Amino acid sequence: MSLSNLVEIRDLNFAYDKRPVLEGINMTFPKGKLIAIMGLSGCGKTTLLRHIGGALKPTRGYVKVDGQIIHELDQEGLYRMRRKMGMLFQFGALFTDMSVYENVAFQMREHTNLPEEIIHDLVLMKLHAVGLRSTHSLMPSELSGGMARRVALARAVALDPMLMMYDEPFAGLDPISLTVVGDLIRRLNDALGATSIVVTHDVQESMKIVDYVYFMANGVIVAEGTPDQIRASDRDFVHQFVHGEMDGPVPFHYPGGDYRQDLNLRT
Amino acid sequence: MVAGLFVGMVLGLQGYETLQRYGSESALGVMVALGLVRELGPVVAALLFASRAGSAMTAEIGLMRATEQISAMEMMAVNPIARIVAPRFWAGVISMPLLAALFSAVGVFGGYFVGVIQIGVDDGSFWAQMQAAVDFREDILNGVIKSVVFGTVVTVIALFEGYDAPPTAEGVSGATTRTVVTSSLAILMLDFVLTAIMFRGN
Repeated sequence: MSLSNLVEIRDLNFAYDKRPVLEGINMTFPKGKLIAIMGLSGCGKTTLLRHIGGALKPTRGYVKVDGQIIHELDQEGLYRMRRKMGMLFQFGALFTDMSVYENVAFQMREHTNLPEEIIHDLVLMKLHAVGLRSTHSLMPSELSGGMARRVALARAVALDPMLMMYDEPFAGLDPISLTVVGDLIRRLNDALGATSIVVTHDVQESMKIVDYVYFMANGVIVAEGTPDQIRASDRDFVHQFVHGEMDGPVPFHYPGGDYRQDLNLRT
Repeated sequence: MVAGLFVGMVLGLQGYETLQRYGSESALGVMVALGLVRELGPVVAALLFASRAGSAMTAEIGLMRATEQISAMEMMAVNPIARIVAPRFWAGVISMPLLAALFSAVGVFGGYFVGVIQIGVDDGSFWAQMQAAVDFREDILNGVIKSVVFGTVVTVIALFEGYDAPPTAEGVSGATTRTVVTSSLAILMLDFVLTAIMFRGN
């Protein structure tokens, strides 16, 4: 493998019980890039992220991060690896029993011996970077959805990770928060010199910020390329998805029996 | 506290009704104290503890699971068992005997209030007989052991149910119900087993 790739996924297969979720996935994430994984809901995107984070074990193939195969690490090795990763969950997953300040400070307290004054300064700097410095004394329940997402972002980058993972960062945000979060993802990636993986189905927003796109459907990669290549793609499925058309290779109707029969009509 | 007071008051009333038939109403203090320290203190306090603190623990951890807070903690390389489960376990195990002791103490005053102040049992014999009959090792220590066992069992059930709850609204509510039902049954069953081991009618 070349050293310029932070994450490599080779022939990744995974099945829940007997139902295959991922089949023969190959992906490469070069250092410093911002890469999107797109696809319909339930196509295995989040499952893929959980493999990179080491929460699931593949049935075949491997995920390699920073030269190490994730599922072969022991608990301690995995925890050491995770300290270098940051993850933004779909709804932020802020700790509801702690203030905004304590949420951002959490990892610094757990993993470092920094004195309180330095933690204080670092927390305020992280919050300032997402534009929410003066919310530090609020509780998560007092924040709007968009603000909670930004606080979660500040928390995820608290220890300056080398790999950032975003699970549906745009879900349920208003247009302004959408642009703010999208812009932050790009700027934080470049400022930290990190590599970022964005799992999303928000085509328009993510196409504006990412360097490369992988397209998934039913557990396999159906297309990949730069945003311009994807937009110009003539493959039916990609075209339908990018332009949000109602009918196409992905049918409007859930597959089932004959309509006339279901209505008890004689034919 | 309030529950302990009322249980003690009921014990005072019922105990007086029964004891006065044999003319031994001066033993009321002994009856109230032994009943509370050996049985009602640990058992009723544990039942209340299960429905109040146990259900709260299950719901809290279940919701943390449902809102991905536990996954987030794992992704931050912090072990959620050590950070979330362990402190709650010790809190439950330590606070349960204290609550049972408080319950018994308040209950004795409830019995005193009804028996001595309302009904008029002799003040001196109420306390003196109690002091003579309640043995530290035999009664109080066994009561404390019971409450420690109940505290451990209730907390373990509550934490397990919360951690194991399906991450949906339905799953969390189901787990909370199971915590209260399972731990109440466990308390009553264990109480019988422990009583059978500890007090053999001597």
